Amino acid sequence: MLKQTEGSRAVAEAIALCRPQVICAYPITPQTHIVEGLGEMVKGGELVNCEFINVESEFAAMSVAIGASAAGVRTYTATSSQGLLFMAEAVYNAAGLGLPIVMTIGNRAIGAPINIWNDHSDSMSMRDAGWIQLYAETNQEALDLHIQAFRLAEELSCPVMVCVDGFILTHAYERVDVPTQEQVDVFLPPYEPRQILDPADPVSIGALVGPEAFTEVRYLAHHKQLRALGLIPHLAAEFKKQFGRGSGGLIRSYRTEDAETIVVALGSLNGTVQEVVDEMRARGSLIGSVSICSFRPFPLAASREALMHAKRVVVLEKCLAVGLGGIVSDGVRKSLSGIVLNGYTVIAGLGGRAITRGSLTRLFEDAERDELEQVTFLDLNADVISYELERESKARRTGPTAEAILRRIGTVASGIG
Amino acid sequence: MVSGAEMLSVAAFLEGRYAQAFPSFGSERMGAPVMAFCRIDNKEIRLREPVLAPDALIIQDPTLLHQVDLFNGVPKRGFILINSTRSFAEMGLGGFALGVQQYRMCTVPATDLALKHVGRAVPNVPMLGGFAAITGVITLSSLVAAIRQKFPAAVAEKNVAAATEAFEIASRAKEMIDA
Repeated sequence: MLKQTEGSRAVAEAIALCRPQVICAYPITPQTHIVEGLGEMVKGGELVNCEFINVESEFAAMSVAIGASAAGVRTYTATSSQGLLFMAEAVYNAAGLGLPIVMTIGNRAIGAPINIWNDHSDSMSMRDAGWIQLYAETNQEALDLHIQAFRLAEELSCPVMVCVDGFILTHAYERVDVPTQEQVDVFLPPYEPRQILDPADPVSIGALVGPEAFTEVRYLAHHKQLRALGLIPHLAAEFKKQFGRGSGGLIRSYRTEDAETIVVALGSLNGTVQEVVDEMRARGSLIGSVSICSFRPFPLAASREALMHAKRVVVLEKCLAVGLGGIVSDGVRKSLSGIVLNGYTVIAGLGGRAITRGSLTRLFEDAERDELEQVTFLDLNADVISYELERESKARRTGPTAEAILRRIGTVASGIG
Repeated sequence: MVSGAEMLSVAAFLEGRYAQAFPSFGSERMGAPVMAFCRIDNKEIRLREPVLAPDALIIQDPTLLHQVDLFNGVPKRGFILINSTRSFAEMGLGGFALGVQQYRMCTVPATDLALKHVGRAVPNVPMLGGFAAITGVITLSSLVAAIRQKFPAAVAEKNVAAATEAFEIASRAKEMIDA
């Protein structure tokens, strides 16, 4: 059924259609509306056979999710930013134990300085925790990916994070097609656990594993993700067949057929990138873009196939590997091993800075002329940087950096730009 | 404010169009200036940047006029609606509308209408009534349907009354504005 609704509400409705049996969560912006919506559905009797557990922290949320999933029930939680960091130890444990929990990340920056707005620092910090990570481009895809995520998680016994850009998607009202319960039931059969804590048939889950077997357990986790490289496109194709629309998959190419310049991005940024690609194509540029939906497992072969004929690749990243540059770029460059082309990393949209068509157009035109640095910070305010560096070079006790910059800019309320 | 953009997007959706409404993600405190955006199109909207050049601008708090460059990006002949009981001349904006940009401007006493019909100073719904009248982008009936989706019946009808009166007031001003 088509409706105009908030991204968080669309995700909540998707989760409800997946018939979760335990939902536990701790509120944190910008994810809060999702679990609030689910809480209302459980309380109002719309979502039956589901226990909604209010927990005291994100660490508890993931710990309860682990317990519930180990007891053999379909389990869901959601978080953002510092919340994900606070649950980090349990995040690794959920994957290490092979528990098919699905978690939404309402993507948000990580402090300090404290910032509630969107970037990918939170989910990227957990990229090697053993979870599959899928990034949604639109609210429709966010909804669809959750339905695919439970199927994927349960077939592999591997937890899945669905990453949804905070505010940009979670708080945006747009058109979504919400499937029927019958449709979802056909796609997503009841959960059949591979392991279950059952008093009638006791097992121990979570053994101490020493050097004699730790590598093998880890290898099998890696192997599981490599299997996901086959399963993710298979599920996307099956989903398309049943629901009539394309969502998910490993990567998606846009107008790359003869492209000399290809832009790579994750999540909601792709829509704006595609608009700019169209405008530049209309002016004769040979430019296209690639949206990476599955960041873990990283689709090395698909990425290579999509990018190998380009002259240059621009990777737009909403996260900074401090002291290195890009995180997504690492995977992209690895996928292009042995192929000579120009690779550029662009750090953009940190802490919610708007990524505009104007800035992207200038950036891509610079890329076409190969006039980009290896690592570029989009719309970096060079005056502020040089002022602050100069100030710090002249005195010892210069005080906190962030506050000094805010004074310099004269910000009275947080802007969007 | 955010609810206003939401209802506008729902009204457009009900007319079979694509719409995208989103807040400016500003400070989460009472009293801070807040912006919300809405895009309406006949095709899917992929763009995610903030609206930088609005075809129409709805200003719910006229005290912001003297604090922020509110009209930045509004194109020539763009629509500007201001929540005020006063005319442009009384607000010191008399010559402004007829200036180079030839904005199509209208004031709507939205807070007064909200107090009258809803009993609370919630001007966003009557502002949307004014928007429908001045721009014709959405019909009053779509707006009414969106209001009824948003609120429980009793509250919805009060807001419908406020929106309808605002629509009538702005409709009377439309001929002069379009001239």
